[in-house]
This record gives sequence, structure tokens and C-alpha cells, in this order.
Amino acid sequence: MSEHWLVRPSTIRLLWRVFIAVLALTVAAEFFVAHHPHFDVESLPAFGAWYGFLACAGMIVFAKGLALFLKRRDTYYDDAGDGRDD
Amino acid sequence: MIDLLHPGLLVVFAGVALALLRGPVRAAVALAAPLAALWIVLAAPAGPAWSGSWLGLDMRPLAYDALSRLFAVIFALMAFGGALFALNQKSRLELPAAFVYAGSAIGAVLAGDLVTLFVFWELMAVGSTLVLWSAGASAYRASMRYLAIHLLGGVLLFAGIAGHVAETGSTEFARMALDSPSHWLILAGFLVNAGAPPLSAWLPDAYPEASWSGMVFLSAFTTKTAVCVLLRGFPGTELLVWVGLFMVFYGIVYALLENDMRRILAYSIVNQVGFMVTGIGIGTEMALNGAAAHAFTHIIYKALLLMSAGSVLYATGKRKCTDLGGLFRTMPLTTVCGTIGALAISSFPLTSGFVSKSMISQAAGDEHLLWVWLALAAATAGVFLHAGIKFPWFVFFQKDSGLRPPEPPLNMRLAMLFFAALCIGLGVFYQPLYALLPFGTQYVPYTGAHVVVQLELLLFSGLAFFVMLPMLRRTLTITLDTDWVYRRMAPALVAAAEAGWRRAVHAIGRSRGSVLHRLDSAVQGLHGPQALFARTWSSGGMALWVALMLALYLLLGYL
Repeated sequence: MSEHWLVRPSTIRLLWRVFIAVLALTVAAEFFVAHHPHFDVESLPAFGAWYGFLACAGMIVFAKGLALFLKRRDTYYDDAGDGRDD
Repeated sequence: MIDLLHPGLLVVFAGVALALLRGPVRAAVALAAPLAALWIVLAAPAGPAWSGSWLGLDMRPLAYDALSRLFAVIFALMAFGGALFALNQKSRLELPAAFVYAGSAIGAVLAGDLVTLFVFWELMAVGSTLVLWSAGASAYRASMRYLAIHLLGGVLLFAGIAGHVAETGSTEFARMALDSPSHWLILAGFLVNAGAPPLSAWLPDAYPEASWSGMVFLSAFTTKTAVCVLLRGFPGTELLVWVGLFMVFYGIVYALLENDMRRILAYSIVNQVGFMVTGIGIGTEMALNGAAAHAFTHIIYKALLLMSAGSVLYATGKRKCTDLGGLFRTMPLTTVCGTIGALAISSFPLTSGFVSKSMISQAAGDEHLLWVWLALAAATAGVFLHAGIKFPWFVFFQKDSGLRPPEPPLNMRLAMLFFAALCIGLGVFYQPLYALLPFGTQYVPYTGAHVVVQLELLLFSGLAFFVMLPMLRRTLTITLDTDWVYRRMAPALVAAAEAGWRRAVHAIGRSRGSVLHRLDSAVQGLHGPQALFARTWSSGGMALWVALMLALYLLLGYL
């Protein structure tokens, strides 16, 4: 069984290049549209780009932090709830 | 004439009929009944269709306005799509139960008075619990927890309605202020069904235990009925802004940590309803339109996502991301449809989510609510992270799990194609949806700046996903939620109290001669299992005593 073209390393490299090009294009496109911001922060350059990235990074880090306290094996509730921690 | 027909009851009765029918007739009824309901909803004139009085209460069991029509339309469409998807479901209980559930949801949003609303509200709880039961023994415990939470919500709602009727003398369901305990109770009852904190855990606990088709139905009705009644009862209640934003981020964070593909989507329901609740809290016409439109589009794309997840479950029997991956090779249609649903939930331009969610953000901007607006923008990026990429990536791509399942049967493929077409269609031709909204609107979602900023937000959150992928690697874990309180802490407390009680009784039994022991003997002598006041009496003896007392009563009557 040959490897699917989509998972070949060459395809994945190409996809990364296309993705980065598209990212650059969306930021560049900012200069070609009319803005009507509600807030000052919206007028900062590439606001959507860095805010989206940082927000996601923040949420992932927060989730990992929460997991330190609340993560359990997925069989945690399987025994009939006798009150013991596993 | 059309006033006489109740679209909700039509679907409920069709569900009862489905339980008796088999074969092509069953399929025909299952597909025709929701379409008939849809036609009634669209053709009926605005205003109360049924009205009357019952037990001295004014009743309007069926009333049409823009809001109720919008929700009834999408519920009927959803019942149709869900029925098409579930036609090959082997359980003979699930589809009838789902129709009772869907029909009562239609009845609840079309209810013009609080009493009718309550009746349909409870019928929904029964119907949805039956949908869970039809998934078999594995769902039983979760379904009982689900039922307990919803009966609690029903009790809160009933107490609130009773108080409201007693205070105002009116059963009319109209906008309420949070000025009395009964209105707080009504709000609490609504919020339980919306999946709001602190009880939101019922949703990811129960829904993923349904069958591959059952969760498609469950995702649509309960939470969105709650959104509809919040829109009618509590628009502009500021508390809801904060409740909604909590739900938004709760859903994202828990979904990021989740391994079960359908629990990811369940957390994402809470997240999406959070957007709607936030919009209701903002309360301007733009925000309320946005919340209503988002409920409409969300039902479609969440059903589509759950259909693709259901197809995977149907074909592989597996539900954990750690077991899945690489399915795009043999399930290309399911992959494409699931991805369209994922793009729509992320509100990509040209999908339905974009034209609806934008209105909520726009309303926050118009009201100059900077922090709410920033939170909504961060959450938009977060939706792409937890549902838009995470779900398709871990299910259809990532590693090769070695699974080579076939595409699902024709009816399931058609249902996915239908809903995928709606996701794109509503994103491009949004005017028909906007025309159905509660308030007239001239909103234009596609402006250059809006599209560019949205693409930046989404694509860079995609970058964050792939850059931080090692932190998102799936593990065989769950994340504790508030359901831990009633699944672990409460049983442990009861067990501890029971053990303590047994020890105390034992200690008294051993301390012969002490005051406590003598007191215990005295109590046991009168109230113990075989004692005078507590022992069981024979029915014959009881009947004799009752007869004697009645005779005495008769005698006294004549004296």
C-alpha cells in the first residue's frame, strides 16, 4: 500500500509554505480595505493576527494549567462511584 | 383552517405512529411529518392561533411571532435532517422518542403562555431521556443523571411560574425583569437547560452516551429552546453577558483537553450557546438578532459535525481521538462534510457561522463594550482551535490509525450533504435568514475590513494550533467537572454518614445500662420494626377498623 499523496513529507512541506504565504497575504490585505474601527486597539497593525495567535496560545496554556489539577484517567468514573479517588 | 393544526403536536403524534410502523411507510412518515410541520409554521398567520381558558388561567397554547417562527422553522428542518440521517438506525425506540422530543421543542417555542411552555418543557425532558435510553445499557447511568438535572430544572421553572402567576395573575409569557424570586427561579430553570454554570456538566456527561444518530437530535433542541425562551423572557439582562462569556471559555478550555470526539463537540455546544446567551445579555436589536440567527445556523452546523462524528462511530465503533485518525482515505465525503461543519462553526467567511456570529460581535462594538468585544474575538479564535481544527484534525487526519472504514449508507450521506449545502448556502445567501429574524435588519456581514480581520483571527489561531500541537497531543484522560460533586463527593459523604450512623448504633447497643441504651430500648419498644406503632397491620384488620370508625362517625352524626 503506497503512501497517500496528502501525507508525503513533500506535500506537507508544500502545505506549510502555502499556509505561511496565505497568512502573509491576509495581513497584507489589511492595507487594501477600508477600516471603520469601534475601538482604538482595532487600529493597531495586524490586530487580528497577533491577537488571534496570542489568545489561542493563552487558552492552550491555561487549559494545560487547569489539567494539572483536574485531569484524571478516563476510567475514573467506571467503578460504581464508591467515593474513592484512584 | 391552518390555525387548527399544531405543528409541534403533529410531530409528536407522528413519533407515536412511527413506533407502530415499519418499512417504507415508516420512512415516508418520518420524512413527511417534519416537512408538514415546516409548511404549517411558514403558512400560519402571526398572532395567537389557539387561545382559551383552563382552570381559570388564560391559555395561548399556540402563538406565532417572528421569534417563535424562526425557532419552529429550524426545529422542523432539524427533525427532517435528523430523521433522514437516522433512517437506518436499528433501535425501534430512538426515532419515535426523537420525534416526541422535537415536536415538544416546537411546541415549547410556539407556546404563548407559561403553563403550556412548562408542559412542553417537561415532555422534552421525557423525549430526550428516551433517546438516551434507546442507546442501550451503557447510557443508562448517564441518562439517569441527565434526567435528574432536568427534573431539577423543571422544578425550578414550575416554582417560578407558579410564583409569577400568583403575583401577576397573568400566564402570558413576556419579557420579565429580575425583580422577584419567582423570576429568578424561572431564569434558573431556563439556564439549566441552556447548559449554563454551575450545572453545565450534564451536557458533556449525557449527550455523548447517545447512539451515533441520537446525539444529532440531542444537540439541537434542549439548549436552543432555552435560548429561545431567554430571548423572549430576559433580553438585555446584564448577568447573561457574564454567564454567556463564562460558557464560551469553559467550552473551549474543556474541549481542548478532551479526547472523546463527541465530547469535544458537546463542550463546543456549551461554547456556542455561550455566544447566544452573551448576545441576549447585550440586548440590543442587533445582539438579539445575532443570538437568534446564531441559534439557527448553529443547529445546522453542529448537527452536521455530529453527523460526521456519528458516521465515524457507525463505521468504526470508536469514539476516542487516540484510536482514530487518517480516516480521510476511505471516508472522503464524511471528511469534507465534517470539515464544512468545522469551518461553519468557526464562522469562516462564506459559511453560515460568519453571517450570524458577526452580529453579536457587532452589537458589542456598537455598545462600546470593549472587554466583551475582546473576549468574543478571542473566543472566535478559540472556536477554530477547539472545534474548527481539532475535531477534523484528530478524527480524519493526524496519524494513520490503520482504520479503513467505508463511507456510511446513502441516507446518512444525503443528510450530511443537505446540511453541508445549508451551511454554505446560508453563508452566501444570508438574506432569507435575516428576513426571518425577530427585528428587521440592514446588517451587511461582508465588508472588506470584517472579512480580513476575521481571516487573520482564524488563520493565526490555526497557526497557533499547529505550532503548539505537541501540547495538544491526546491522552487517555477526562477533565473533572462539577458533576464530580454529585458523582463522587455526594456518594462519598452519604457513605461516610451511613458508616458513622452504623457505628453509633453499634456503640449504643454495647453500652448496656447507660441512659442512651435505655432510651434506645424504650424507643425500640414503641417504634421498632415489630413494635406497636411501627409493625405492619393486615389489610383485613385495617379495613375492619376503618369500617368501625365510619360506623362511629355515622352514629355521631345522628346523635
